[in-house]
Amino acid sequence: MNYLVIGNSAAAVGAVEGIRSVDAEGKITLLAAEPDHTYSRPLISYLLAGKVGPERLDYRPADFYEKFKVEAKLGQEVVAVDTAAHTVATKAGEKFSYDRLLIATGGRPFVPEIAGLAGARGAFTFTALDDARRIDQYLKESAVKEAVVLGGGMIGLKAAEALLARGLQVTVVELADRLLSTSFDRAASELLEAALERRHAAVCLGGTVEKVIANNGAVSAVSLTGGRELACQLLVVAIGVVPNVEFLKSSGLKLGRGLVVDDHLRTSAPDVYAAGDVVEGWDFLAETKRPLPILPLACRQGRIAGCNMAGRDESYLGGMPMNAIEICDLPTISVGLANASGEPYEVLAVRNPERRTYRKVVLRENKIVGLILIGDIDRAGIFTGLIENKVDVGPIKHLLLAEEFGLLSLDSEYRKHMVSGPGIEV
Amino acid sequence: MKRIYAREDLCLGCRLCEIHCLVAHSKSRRIISAMTREKGQITPRCKVEESGQVTFALQCRHCEHARCLEACMTGAITRDPATGVVLHNADKCVGCWMCLMSCPVGAIQRGREGHVASKCDLCQGEAAPVCVANCPNEALLFEDREERKK
Ligand SMILES: Cc1cc2nc3c(=O)[nH]c(=O)nc-3n(C[C@H](O)[C@H](O)[C@H](O)COP(=O)(O)OP(=O)(O)OC[C@H]3O[C@@H](n4cnc5c(N)ncnc54)[C@H](O)[C@@H]3O)c2cc1C
Ligand code: SF4
Ligand code: SF4
Repeated sequence: MNYLVIGNSAAAVGAVEGIRSVDAEGKITLLAAEPDHTYSRPLISYLLAGKVGPERLDYRPADFYEKFKVEAKLGQEVVAVDTAAHTVATKAGEKFSYDRLLIATGGRPFVPEIAGLAGARGAFTFTALDDARRIDQYLKESAVKEAVVLGGGMIGLKAAEALLARGLQVTVVELADRLLSTSFDRAASELLEAALERRHAAVCLGGTVEKVIANNGAVSAVSLTGGRELACQLLVVAIGVVPNVEFLKSSGLKLGRGLVVDDHLRTSAPDVYAAGDVVEGWDFLAETKRPLPILPLACRQGRIAGCNMAGRDESYLGGMPMNAIEICDLPTISVGLANASGEPYEVLAVRNPERRTYRKVVLRENKIVGLILIGDIDRAGIFTGLIENKVDVGPIKHLLLAEEFGLLSLDSEYRKHMVSGPGIEV
Repeated sequence: MKRIYAREDLCLGCRLCEIHCLVAHSKSRRIISAMTREKGQITPRCKVEESGQVTFALQCRHCEHARCLEACMTGAITRDPATGVVLHNADKCVGCWMCLMSCPVGAIQRGREGHVASKCDLCQGEAAPVCVANCPNEALLFEDREERKK
């Protein structure tokens, strides 16, 4: 069997591990646009902050490709996939054939049209190791004191935190009325805003950058909705990521908001699979297909796609949004439909302003479908498990937000199932 | 693989398992130092839960499809290919808590050793996990139930 994997991050690595769990011998070739050994993408903000050195970026050990018998061709960008001929073409003009192909090309930053942005020095996106290197270089070469981060989502906040660690005065500009708007409510956002403000970062909600003002070609200020001007020598645009499918336009592969896959992570063409940020995957809570660009799902989809490519029959049951984000020493976790309200949802919440904690559970027909934990995040995984396993928590509703909530709060049958491991009963 | 199983009916909630775990994962590996000089800097990997009459000790289940492992964004969590044990490498961990969010039994804690996660390693290098070896009530078992099922 001749496997070809496009990508070198969480989904691609998961696929290699999946293939090898089934097929020890088949030939695996991996193509990646980036020249680096597989690295942990989320660590780029830690690198920029100076919290981890380049030696700690590896997502898998240095001997990964060797151990898994992968021929890794790094720095090879794929520009076209020919599903009929079973070949892919690279920018360098090489052609590779496959029996089974995995597309795991992830996401690319979405950059909106902003006057003055194109070509301005000092304006960056922040999704790749090269972005972190370029920003680091710029900080060393230019006199940067103030930075604006456009976008108060996960990547924007991570960028803001790194820039704070580099000693800059940082302003986060967000269009919504709250930070992490897809998963947070106002109460959660308030705690996060306060944590940022304690570090002397500013948060501007309900507005955006209308115009970038440059001086000699370099960013010197931005003008916000309503006309206010903010001096800044660095601008990070972090509005979001979109599936990286541009190069597939000519392939005939079915595209929706991302690459369309079925419950076995097969695309619309035979022998072509896809996984990770590039796909439009099943969201089992919202009961719809949509991109869910988070690492655990990329890794899981990769593993399942890999197993299926190697001939096993494993279904992908779908995922849900979830994230653990610690910003300025404030740990936060959000899972599922954390922001849902009104019929048919029921919301339970406790707030403790002194301890700066907030915990909220969203229920639908007595099943947990959403979670926000701020400050006090211990045992969060139990909730995640209850959501995934669609457990009826009606009888223990009153215990969910109790201080001592744990496995013992749960029905003993569920508990025994969990601690014994699926398939093994006590 | 061999895993630890708790017997709720026999557990008295004495927390000796936690103490032995803490000592086994201390630098000195001696109870007095672990409880004095290293106090507050070590996390017991096993956790006794208590509610009314019921108590039991919980540790990582070393799941076949480990959610913590797929959620770990740095590669700090790995599986020993020979034994199946799910291990955590504190030198690679950055304390992002993705694993803590993902473990369905709540077996991962924020460690006191630093800004890193903490979980059971089944006492690598010991003949049996110290919590099991030292439970005076035989409320913890270390056995291979998959084998038994087959
Ligand atoms: C700053 C930051 C922080 C984050 N923090 C978190 C977090 O805390 N938790 C979380 O769950 N997620 C986080 N994420 C998101 C997470 O990184 C992604 O969900 C994950 O990396 C997706 O993995 P992937 O393999 O699908 O794609 P990607 O990681 O995007 O990798 C795509 C791969 O494809 C290659 N590639 C792309 N195009 C081509 C081409 N044409 N030809 C060949 N190769 C190509 C790339 O070189 C790369 O190797 C963060 C992301 C960023 C940027
Ligand atoms: S930490 Fe949790 S998810 Fe990970 S192997 Fe242990 S029990 Fe399973
Ligand atoms: S806290 Fe550490 S072990 Fe857990 S997911 Fe993050 S890096 Fe991995």
